[in-house]
Amino acid sequence: MRSKADPQLYTFAGFGGERFPNLMLRGAGNLDNWKRAVYEQKHEGYLALKKALKMEPVAVTNEVKASQLRGRGGAGFLTGLKWSFMPKDTDQKSHVRYLVCNGDEGEPGTFKDRAILEYNPHQLIEGMIIGAWAMQCKVGFIYLRGEFLWLLEKLEAALQEARDAGYLGQNILGTGWDFDIQTYRGAGAYICGEETALLNSLEGRRGEPRSKPPFPAQVGAFGQPTTVNNVETLAAVPVILQMGGAEYAKIGSPGNTGTRIFCISGHVKRPGLYELPLGTPLDFLLNDLAGGSSTGKAIKAVIPGGASAPMFDAKDFDCPLDFDTPKARGSMAGSGGVIVMDEDVCIVAAVLRLTRFFAHESCGQCTPCREGCNWMLQVLQRIEHGQGRMEDLDLLASLTPRIALRTLCALGDAACGPVDSSLQKFRHEFEHHIVHKTCYAQGHQLLAATAIH
Amino acid sequence: MNPLPTPAPMAKAQPAESPLAPGQRLPESRLRQLSPQATAEIQTLAAKYPDKLAATLPALYIAQKDFGFVSLSAMLEVAKVLGVPEGHVFGVATFYTLFQKRPVGKYHLQVCTNLSCALNGAAKLLEKIAEKVGAQPGAGPSEDGLWSVEEVECLASCGSGPCLQVNDDVYDEYVDEAKLEELLAACRRGDYRPWGE
Ligand SMILES: Cc1cc2nc3c(=O)[nH]c(=O)nc-3n(C[C@H](O)[C@H](O)[C@H](O)COP(=O)(O)O)c2cc1C
Ligand code: SF4
Ligand code: FES
Repeated sequence: MRSKADPQLYTFAGFGGERFPNLMLRGAGNLDNWKRAVYEQKHEGYLALKKALKMEPVAVTNEVKASQLRGRGGAGFLTGLKWSFMPKDTDQKSHVRYLVCNGDEGEPGTFKDRAILEYNPHQLIEGMIIGAWAMQCKVGFIYLRGEFLWLLEKLEAALQEARDAGYLGQNILGTGWDFDIQTYRGAGAYICGEETALLNSLEGRRGEPRSKPPFPAQVGAFGQPTTVNNVETLAAVPVILQMGGAEYAKIGSPGNTGTRIFCISGHVKRPGLYELPLGTPLDFLLNDLAGGSSTGKAIKAVIPGGASAPMFDAKDFDCPLDFDTPKARGSMAGSGGVIVMDEDVCIVAAVLRLTRFFAHESCGQCTPCREGCNWMLQVLQRIEHGQGRMEDLDLLASLTPRIALRTLCALGDAACGPVDSSLQKFRHEFEHHIVHKTCYAQGHQLLAATAIH
Repeated sequence: MNPLPTPAPMAKAQPAESPLAPGQRLPESRLRQLSPQATAEIQTLAAKYPDKLAATLPALYIAQKDFGFVSLSAMLEVAKVLGVPEGHVFGVATFYTLFQKRPVGKYHLQVCTNLSCALNGAAKLLEKIAEKVGAQPGAGPSEDGLWSVEEVECLASCGSGPCLQVNDDVYDEYVDEAKLEELLAACRRGDYRPWGE
């Protein structure tokens, strides 16, 4: 277990006050914060659970519905609604319901779930118990990406603490209801973040997404009704129960309620995690909180929601960071990973690197994704290496509509985002590459000569 | 001006985890059988999940530890102990990148070169590491067997990147020249401590 504070930034001036409530990152950075004693004494730990267990399960779901909480994993789906899709016949014994926590966190530019897992595991555990009560699940799984081995020990210790206190196990707090949580370690595949791929992986299979329907709420893990939620989504549940759904809905903007942890990385002075009410403008995060460009050069492009999100150029830097506005402006809120690129970044190289990622992580089930990503990669390589032709740009533009929305899962769409948006917004850089056989913007080496690309 | 990359621009090297070419075989391990402890561990695992198939991933981790990497024998052994089809285990082992299908060095150095890390100099870090330890990314262990280098995708440490992972341990800090030297020296001496301990 780590005994040295990590160098990530978790806070800023004014954080924890009225304007910027601290609901998800309480005590982050403090090495003892993961312990149950700290959680109970300092952060109102397990009070929400005691409250929830006195309520009818459906009333708990209604409280979450009232909060209008939307999933923080990528798609922004209403959590309360998702929970209500689980079969209601709670007496039917043939159903073992499962609640699965998605801790795969593989989206490049995203590093928020690990902060919750490392510093507030009990908040996640409490959220899972409340969710499991609402849906009357018997077993919960926390699926961690394989690289999070270093987190596993702490998480297991936290789970044991919860068991010792009677929050997990049999007859929880005298209700007669049993629930326990198991951890499961993935083995290095980004696609296992997709919920049905995750379920396959959890069953010990190749992490290939399933075709839907049936949705996990009908046929999920081990053939049983299952709900999959992101770490941050589940960790928000105790807060909602504690303050009340209606009160939580007052944070942020209508339809985009609550706070969200934004991860900002790349060319900013203070990269790190910033928990902000939804709807906070991007440029406020970029300049006021993260300190603006770290290189002294102007910021050219920002990816607002993890590698899958199409990029913004300067005219969209005022975009409010909620779920709906980035979408209306042609990008998406995604996982909340904000990647910042300054003027010296060669967009062609950046897009090539992202496309290589998607081509590598494609599970290979759908032809458009498997072949299309590799095709885009080859065209981009050609351009990057000074062997491009002008027709290649049209070729690229003609490929993306043949991939997006024609695949089993959203990875195909995700791979098209960076290519499409950069062609639209930075076409001159591609043309420069083709005509002059070198980068339009120089100063950062993004691709290693020894690397495979 | 960014120099045009050498070697030849369109040269296509095979990533270490890429599928095998026709006729190519996976390297075999020295060991052919799981140790009794590992076998017992896998057997207890199988009872832990609603379905024994679910124990495939954890069992492969155990076999990897036992064999040093996931060789064909390791896969067959896992299939035998769990009582699941060999083809299933082979399919799973080849799907996931954390199961090493080829031998790795005693210190397996993995650099994230995805975008956030690339913006902070991951490419240079990777080149520097490859040069210092004398092992090319994805090309197997160095001559002394001490090192292997791999380029990996996002490790969820993008804010403090470029991010380095040594064996199973994510190195959670900006790794500059001095830190890298210190780290490599500690490995050479054999007293490498996981980050944060
Ligand atoms: C390619 C791909 C990768 C994904 N990766 C993750 C991930 O790492 N973590 C996550 O929570 N959700 C991820 N998702 C979203 C999940 O499919 C799912 O929507 C989410 O876990 C639902 O939880 P939520 O409703 O709480 O957001 C991914 C989706 C796709 C298509
Ligand atoms: S879109 Fe790509 S990753 Fe998703 S199921 Fe199809 S091939 Fe697999
Ligand atoms: S991009 Fe390197 S750790 Fe996320």
